Formats: sequence, C-alpha cells, structure tokens
Amino acid sequence: MARAFTPLAVLAMLLFAIAPFYVASAPDEQTMGLIQRVFYYHVPSAMLLFLSAFVCGIGSAVFLFKRSAAADRVAVAAGELAVAFGLIVLITGPMWARKAWGVWWQWDARLTSSLLLWMMFVAYLLVRRYGGPGSEKLSAAMAIFGMANVPFVYVSVNFWRTIHPNTNVVMTLGSGMRGPFWFCAASFLLLYVLLLTLRRRLEEQRASVEQLYLALDD
Amino acid sequence: MSVDFDCVTVDNLSRNFGRRRALNRVNLTCRAGEIVGLLGPNGAGKSTLLAILSTLLTPSSGEVRYGSVTAIASGAALRGSLGLLGHDLYLYPELTARENLEFFTRLYGCPDVSAVVDAALGRAMLRERADDLVSGFSRGMRQRLALERALLHQPRLLLLDEPFTGLDDASGQALVARLRGLRDDGRIVLVATHDLDLAEGLLDRVAILRDGRLWMAESSSASLRERYRDAVAVARA
Amino acid sequence: MTQFLRVAWIVMRKDLTVEVRSREILYTTVFFAASCVLVFAFALVREGRPMEDAAAGILWIAIAFAGTLALGRTFERERQTETLRALMLAPSDRPAIYVGKLLGILLLLGVVELVLVPMVALLFNAPFGASLGWLIALLAGGTLGFVSVGTLFAAMLVRARSRDVLLPVLLYPITIPIIIAGVRGTVALLQAVPDEPMARFWAALLVFFDVVFVTLALWTFEPLMTE
Repeated sequence: MARAFTPLAVLAMLLFAIAPFYVASAPDEQTMGLIQRVFYYHVPSAMLLFLSAFVCGIGSAVFLFKRSAAADRVAVAAGELAVAFGLIVLITGPMWARKAWGVWWQWDARLTSSLLLWMMFVAYLLVRRYGGPGSEKLSAAMAIFGMANVPFVYVSVNFWRTIHPNTNVVMTLGSGMRGPFWFCAASFLLLYVLLLTLRRRLEEQRASVEQLYLALDD
Repeated sequence: MSVDFDCVTVDNLSRNFGRRRALNRVNLTCRAGEIVGLLGPNGAGKSTLLAILSTLLTPSSGEVRYGSVTAIASGAALRGSLGLLGHDLYLYPELTARENLEFFTRLYGCPDVSAVVDAALGRAMLRERADDLVSGFSRGMRQRLALERALLHQPRLLLLDEPFTGLDDASGQALVARLRGLRDDGRIVLVATHDLDLAEGLLDRVAILRDGRLWMAESSSASLRERYRDAVAVARA
Repeated sequence: MTQFLRVAWIVMRKDLTVEVRSREILYTTVFFAASCVLVFAFALVREGRPMEDAAAGILWIAIAFAGTLALGRTFERERQTETLRALMLAPSDRPAIYVGKLLGILLLLGVVELVLVPMVALLFNAPFGASLGWLIALLAGGTLGFVSVGTLFAAMLVRARSRDVLLPVLLYPITIPIIIAGVRGTVALLQAVPDEPMARFWAALLVFFDVVFVTLALWTFEPLMTE
C-alpha cells in the first residue's frame, strides 16, 4: 500500500484536474443554471460523509471490544474526514437551495439528516480533544452510538418533514449527467482513501513517538 | 462461588498513562498468611499497583495471576475474593453506618445480611452509632467502617491504600491488631503506607517502589528505616 | 439473570433511599423544569396565545434539559465519594449497575413529568387528557430512550475532564430522534381530533430506539468503565 501511495496521489490530482472540465461539459439542467453543477461535488461528499460515519463507528467498536489501537487510529481519521466532507455538504447544499427555492435553508430532510450526522461527529472530535486522558474510549462510544443512530435520524427527520410540503430534491440523472457524476464520485473516493491513509499514518507515528518517550524510562 | 487462591503473582507488570510509566516491569509474589508492605515516596506507583491488583485498572503489559489464573480468565467471580480500602473510603455519607453495610452486604451477595452487618458493626466499634448518618462521622470512625466494609465478603486478598492516614494512636493500634488477625487467618494483606513506625512492627515483608520500579522486596527487619531512607535518597538523586 | 436483576434492584433502592432522604435532586430538577417551561413560554407566547405546537415542544425540551441536569447531579454525587468504584468492585455483572442507575433516574424523571404535564396542560390549555394512554406511552418511551443513553454517557464521563459540558454535547445529537418523535407524537395527540395512528407510529419508533440503545449500552458499559 505504501508503494502505491504516490502514484495514486498523482492519479487523484489528475482526476481532479480533469473533473471541472468534465463537469462543465455536462448538459445544462433546465431550471437551475450554473449552480446546479455544485451537485457533482455535493452528492459524492454526502456519500463520503456516510461512509466515514460507518468506518468511524466500526473502527470504534473494534477498538472498544478488541482493544485495538490500530482500529482507533482508523476511527479518528474517519471521524475527522466525516467532519470535513460534512462541511462540504453543508456549504454546497445551501448554495443549491438558495437557487432552487430562494432560501438558504429549507429543512430539507436529507440536508437536515446530514447536519445531525455531522454534529455527532463534531461531538466525537470535541470529546476526544477535551475529554482529558482516556478520551479515546469516550469518543469511541460516541461514534458507535452515532452510527447506530443513522437509521433513526433518517426515519424521524423524513417523517418530521413530510408534514410540511416539500419540493422534490431528488434529481433524476439525465444520460449526459451520469458520466461526469460517476467520474467525480470515483475521484472523491480515491481522494478519501488517500486522506484516510495519510491521517491514519500520522496517528501511527504519534503513537510511535509516545512509545519512544516511554522507552526513555526503561 | 467465588474464586480462591493462595498466592498473588505480579509478573512483569507495566502500566503507562500517556507518556508516563507509572509502573515499570514490577515482579512481586505475595502468599497467604503474610502482610506485605508497599512503601515508597509519592508518585512511586503504589496506588496504581493496588488499583491493578483490585481489577479496577488493566495492565499495559505483563499480568497478575491470582493462584494460577489471570483476572480476565476469572471474570466477575474473582472480585468476590478481593477487598480494597482506598484513599476515598467508598462510603455513602447520606446513609447510616448500618445502611452502608447492608447495601454492600447485599451487593456482594452475602447470605444472612443482618448477622454479618451486626458482626461488622461490632468489630468496627460502631454499634452505638449504627443508625447515624456517615456524614457525621470522624475520619477515624469512617476508616473503621470502611475497613469492615472491605471485609464483609471475607476476601482472600485485602488491599489497603494508606489506611493509617488520619488515625490516632489507639485506632492505629487497633488496625494493626486487626490486620494481624487477618494474616493469622490465612489471608493475603497488602498495605501501601508512608508510616514507617507502624510499618516496622506490622509487616512481614516489604516491597519498596520508586518511580514505578520495584527497588527491593524482602523480609522486614530492624534496619528497615535506614534501607528505606537509602532507597528514597537514591530516587531523588 | 435473577442475580443481575437483584443487583440492579439493590442499586436502585440505594439510590432512591439516598434521594428520598435529601430530596435535593428531585426538588431542584422539578424547579428547573418549571423554570424552563416559563422561559420558553415567554419566548414562544405572543399576546397571550402560544405558537402552534408550542405546548408539545416546550414539554419535551423541559424534559430533555431537566434530564441532563438530573443525570449530571446523580453521577456527580457518586464521583465525590468515588463510590462508583466500589460498585465496580462488586462480584456482579457490571451492566447490572448500569440498569440499577437507569431505573433510579427514570423514576426521578417520572416524578418530574408528573408535575410538568399538568403544568404545561394548564398554562397552554393543552388537552392532554384526551388520549392519556398514548401520551403516557410516548413519555415512557421517550424518557427511557433519553435516560438509557444519558446514564451510559454520564457514567463514562465521571472520570473525564469538562464533564459538565460534554454530557449535553454528546447527549443531545444522539437524542434528537427522541425529541422529534416525542414532539410530533404529542402534537398528533393534541389535535382537535387526536391523530392516534400518527401517535402510534411515533411511539413505535421510540420503542425501537429504546431496544437498540439499551442493548448497545448494556454491551458497551463494561469496556467503557474499565481503564
């Protein structure tokens, strides 16, 4: 994996260099105009938010029950990426909403669910940072509960929302749009894997430094 | 139903807190029918060692064996054979002495609750104050009550963390006598203390910890005070 | 199993004995909840008329805030005497301690709700009596869900820094589905014709939530509490 890293990073750079052009070449959506193209970044980011939530939750569960420090390192990397990609979702979403509905925030079911999920992982990072010694376990509990909460958030927010009429957010993908969309999705996924690896490696090196400090005492 | 054993073995035990090694490859064996003293300056790791022996903390490396089994292998039943008297006395100030003892007796599943509680109150010399709230007790009274609480389930291994703090002479002597009685009864008693005066008369063996390491562990003898001073002086150097 | 329940019962009884004697947490929590209701009332009532659905919202917010306070205070008490360690030393299944604490706090909040519901009904002319059975189901399901997650978090935070602020930080995002379900279900019951199927849907969601999260808490209690 280490060997593959640099070529993959170069590949990711290439993909993201091409992506804007590919996106620009996609057909125009009827009503939305330019802003609609934010969708090509918004949706993959949302997919990565959910993916991160699960990686963090599962990593935390393995850490808690098998006492695997390596799993915890993956979990914290995924937790940070969840917050990062969630932020992209929450910024691009309102950009779309403003054009589509005239307001920045319309309590759209999906955006609201994403906001809640994002907040749970912000809480994950907060407790990790400010919880004092032993905060890895505390944050692991938060991640597990957060992950378990995803279906409940989805159901409750959706049904909460259907009381008020809402505009249809789901876009059907026209044939010309599928190409750019999956291209962007693949680029984002590659970027995600690279970032996760980097961050996990950083934690690993931090752990090695701690071990060195401990070895001083020997 | 509880697990029984006749010796406790600490095998290459280490425990870290972040970058700090609280315990560094400690080896120690304690057998039934002896009182072992854990001496050392503040921060030497005495409380950490007691916490690990009582299963409240897990080791970072190495293991502790009760008889021939580790804590993880024994499960919850092992705790029925351990008694800990910590710094904080683990008493509920809003309850009376009797209620405190009754609660712990029931929690530990001891049969014949009222008899056990009554006997414990007698040994703690608190029968007259049995129905007073613990919040009104002096330090010495709480200490006596807490000791009996730790012994309600007749544990094989008794761990005491600085039990002589705040005790007057009479109470201190009473505690020494009680511990001797327990030792003669075949229990393993491990006492962490600063108090060399009491320690000299009481301890069968002594383990001196400094900076997380075991400095020495041998039979107590007349020159304890000098050897302890030497050990601590080296620690400071 | 009986051993497990016996230990939970003993812990709960001890908590209730301590609380009955001083009544500190009970009185302060009830008063706090009542103050909450008033604060929100002043914020959400215009010219003597509350905003639509305000009564339901205020009820559940007051329960959430009061619950957080009660959880924090209960475990602060255990922390001061370090008695949580004494409980962990007992030769019983440790999750039984969690259940005992959970039941104690649940009862406490139940008493708080006994005061809150009539108060909200009175101040907002809310016809809670119309479908009392469903209301009780919603309150029971919601409070259980809230307290089950809250007890676990409050217990694990006992040894942490910044525990006062971290409890709400962790608890509120997780319990938002409970608030949604509770408020929407209560609103359904407060309609001119109570919408019972709707209330049933939300009550069912709460039951699912409770089952999942109580199980999760029982599972994770021991690894979280041992260092």
